[in-house]
Amino acid sequence: MRLLSALLFAVVFATPAAAQTVLIRDGRVVTNSAAGTVENGDVLIVDGRIRAVGASVAAPSGARIIEAQGRFVTPGAFAAMSEVGLSEISGSGALNDADIDSNTIAAAADAGRAFNPSVSAVAITRIEGVTRAAIAPSSTTTLFGGRGALVALSGRPDSVFRPRAFMVVELGETGANRTGSSRAALWPAFEAALRDAREYPARYQRGQGGAVLSELDAAALQPFARGQGAFLVHVESAADIRRIIRFQRDNPGLDFIIHGGAEAWQVADELAAARIPVIVDPLANLPDRFERLSARLDNAIILQRAGVQIAIAPAPGTVDAHQARLVLQLAGNAVANGLPWEAAFAAVTRGPADIFGVGSELGRLDRGYIADVVIWDGDPLEVQSAPTAVFIAGVEQPLVSRQTRLRDRYHPNRSRE
Amino acid sequence: MGLRSVIVVAASLVLAACATVDDDGDDEAPDPWASTYQPRPSVPTLIRNGTVFDGNGAELASTDVLMVDGRISAVGQNLTAPEGAAVIDATGRFVTPGIIDAHSHLGVYPSPGIAATSDGNEATQPNTAEVWAEHSVWPQDPGFYRAVAGGITTLHILPGSANLFGGRGVTLRPVLGARTVQEMKFPDAPQSLKMACGENPARVYGGRNSSPATGMGTVAGYRQAWANAERYARRLRNAEEGEGDPPDRDLELDTLAGVLNGDIILQWHCYRADEMANAIAIANEFGFEIAAFHHAVEAYKIADLLAENDICAAMWADWWGFKIEAYDGIRENIPFVHAAGACAIVHSDSEVGIQRLNQEAAKAMADGNRAGLNITRAEAWTWLSRNPARALRIDDETGTLEPGRRADVVIWSADPLSSYAVAQRVYMDGALVYERGVTRDPPSDFELGQSYLEGAQ
Repeated sequence: MRLLSALLFAVVFATPAAAQTVLIRDGRVVTNSAAGTVENGDVLIVDGRIRAVGASVAAPSGARIIEAQGRFVTPGAFAAMSEVGLSEISGSGALNDADIDSNTIAAAADAGRAFNPSVSAVAITRIEGVTRAAIAPSSTTTLFGGRGALVALSGRPDSVFRPRAFMVVELGETGANRTGSSRAALWPAFEAALRDAREYPARYQRGQGGAVLSELDAAALQPFARGQGAFLVHVESAADIRRIIRFQRDNPGLDFIIHGGAEAWQVADELAAARIPVIVDPLANLPDRFERLSARLDNAIILQRAGVQIAIAPAPGTVDAHQARLVLQLAGNAVANGLPWEAAFAAVTRGPADIFGVGSELGRLDRGYIADVVIWDGDPLEVQSAPTAVFIAGVEQPLVSRQTRLRDRYHPNRSRE
Repeated sequence: MGLRSVIVVAASLVLAACATVDDDGDDEAPDPWASTYQPRPSVPTLIRNGTVFDGNGAELASTDVLMVDGRISAVGQNLTAPEGAAVIDATGRFVTPGIIDAHSHLGVYPSPGIAATSDGNEATQPNTAEVWAEHSVWPQDPGFYRAVAGGITTLHILPGSANLFGGRGVTLRPVLGARTVQEMKFPDAPQSLKMACGENPARVYGGRNSSPATGMGTVAGYRQAWANAERYARRLRNAEEGEGDPPDRDLELDTLAGVLNGDIILQWHCYRADEMANAIAIANEFGFEIAAFHHAVEAYKIADLLAENDICAAMWADWWGFKIEAYDGIRENIPFVHAAGACAIVHSDSEVGIQRLNQEAAKAMADGNRAGLNITRAEAWTWLSRNPARALRIDDETGTLEPGRRADVVIWSADPLSSYAVAQRVYMDGALVYERGVTRDPPSDFELGQSYLEGAQ
């Protein structure tokens, strides 16, 4: 099993054929690494990887030179949660692969096997500087949301670079609504499911079946129940978060990532001590659910100050297939409310890579890293800014999408034929 | 409260009392649903030396704004503060008209959003022109306070889009601590009729195997209703002129007749270019005006038609793809409508988006300029204040900083078309209603006494 996933990892990170040798010169290079931000810095891309970053990098012969002229040069953004690639249109009765309405498949749902790199949202998202995403189904009929994947937004056939990277679990209001309409039923169901998974396949072969899980779900849950892969848990209230912290303490070896966590600021120190990362939405400041009564704009700041590892993405329930590009606006708003710029930018680049276990390959501009590089016409966290160049694994992406084609067709200065 | 503001309040009470006398001087029965809005007490205030967007498209450097008796008194350089005035140094800050959201469901879809508070769609039959959104507005919605913190001073609350005729919308002030919706109603602002094109009514009613189930069914539904309204309006008019009896009062037809005679303005939810064109044809057939199309994701395809027909488009900066009628959304929709000389509006339709509409305008401006247009930030601000005021028919009262307008003013920490700018002070009718960093009890009763607040660090 381990060997297989290591092999998969090697295959999908293999060098793309069209990668060029590119030297980006004189940029404001945000490395997200020990070097910090290098003013008038250069970035050398060779064979799809970062070969060198520094104040003065020599151009290999034949290298293409791009003058950044002091512009921001950064790692590509990583949407820490999205449904991009899981539908062309999410509503209107069109098929939406993020919605799973099955009695037998929930934990076994596999987002990576539904991802379509050709849907129009992929190009629309990448031309805004978002080069990677964690994707997961949005709804199932049980407390398990299925297996999420990590994808590149290059549009290439091999875009899914970490299938089955995490298991979504609903342990807040949504989970309770799907499990006897009560948290009092939810937690026993969750524990029983973990037992079913750990005892898979024996109890199913005996004909005993699972206490709560179908055989398919038990098989899918098994590696996560044994600590191989993280649970991405949707919880919002401080009370629910404390239950997670306690559960993790009692079940060492299980990995948890919290997504949502509107009230996480109230338990920031405990989360830091438990080393549980939080994917937080800096715009979630409304008491729109009873589990989010104390939502506030400076949640991300309080967590970051307490030493909690954070990433920034839309809250559960607002994740969608079309607007992953807005993670940069979310991060900018965190800055407006007190988060240091470097921390906010890291929360949409390095943070997601670290949280999902690919931080040694992605999220930084450092020697050996995969060359997801974006050059911007302004501060990338400013809503007015946009990329002037986007590289994914060293391959420059055309800044063209279905939307830019429509824009050009209806441009007011275009002469009507 | 100083003596001066007592006099101001007293004077406006007299005005309010006079409002029940119509143009001919005849006494009319007082309107039981009339606004009881009262501006908060204010002192004359001079905001000094800010960068001012006047709401009409001009940017004025190092300029003062003087507010007296709740109105804009003067905008210019080196203004003199009246005696007793509060003087605010806005050096390095930006001063703009308050933001007006032409499309909000605050109060009718409040926080917390549970089944019992979901009050915005009377989705029981395709024509519910008889319902009024204001009768669903919960003044304690915590969203109002967040909206004010985002620089909102006026907002239009609409019913949802499940129905062909959703009911009447209402223009409100986000009055914090209001106990009744009447306290929030913008004085003398007309009500609107909300209509809806497209997928939503066909989905809701087609799914129940009733009409409308299709695009052609929706148009037939509109036209039959307007034909009925024409007859009703004619009988009302005739009866007033002594010809025959008035028809039995019909609340549904009252609303449509109100649109036909111009008392009620029409706000029409419509995404697709071809459907907006059909809507214009219906308006021409029955002789009414459309104030604005809402959402109008394809407005850029018919920007010339909108300009020609003097119809505003209230739009998002970049929403797209969540359904097929939103599939052709582009980031340049707002700037392309603007470039055609039509009335472009940035709207929210969101309790989150309403808190930072300035950022949506910033995106639209930047994308327009990247596409080769030349839109200034002060022009972009017209999408946030003057144009929505126009679509709500309150532009003689608010939306710009012209002298005599209501003093609805926001002081921003920085260029408000930056992600990092925040509203520092918000004035409504010259009264300071929000100041960033000043902690206070939450205005909504719902949030008062919650344990997390009492126990907060």
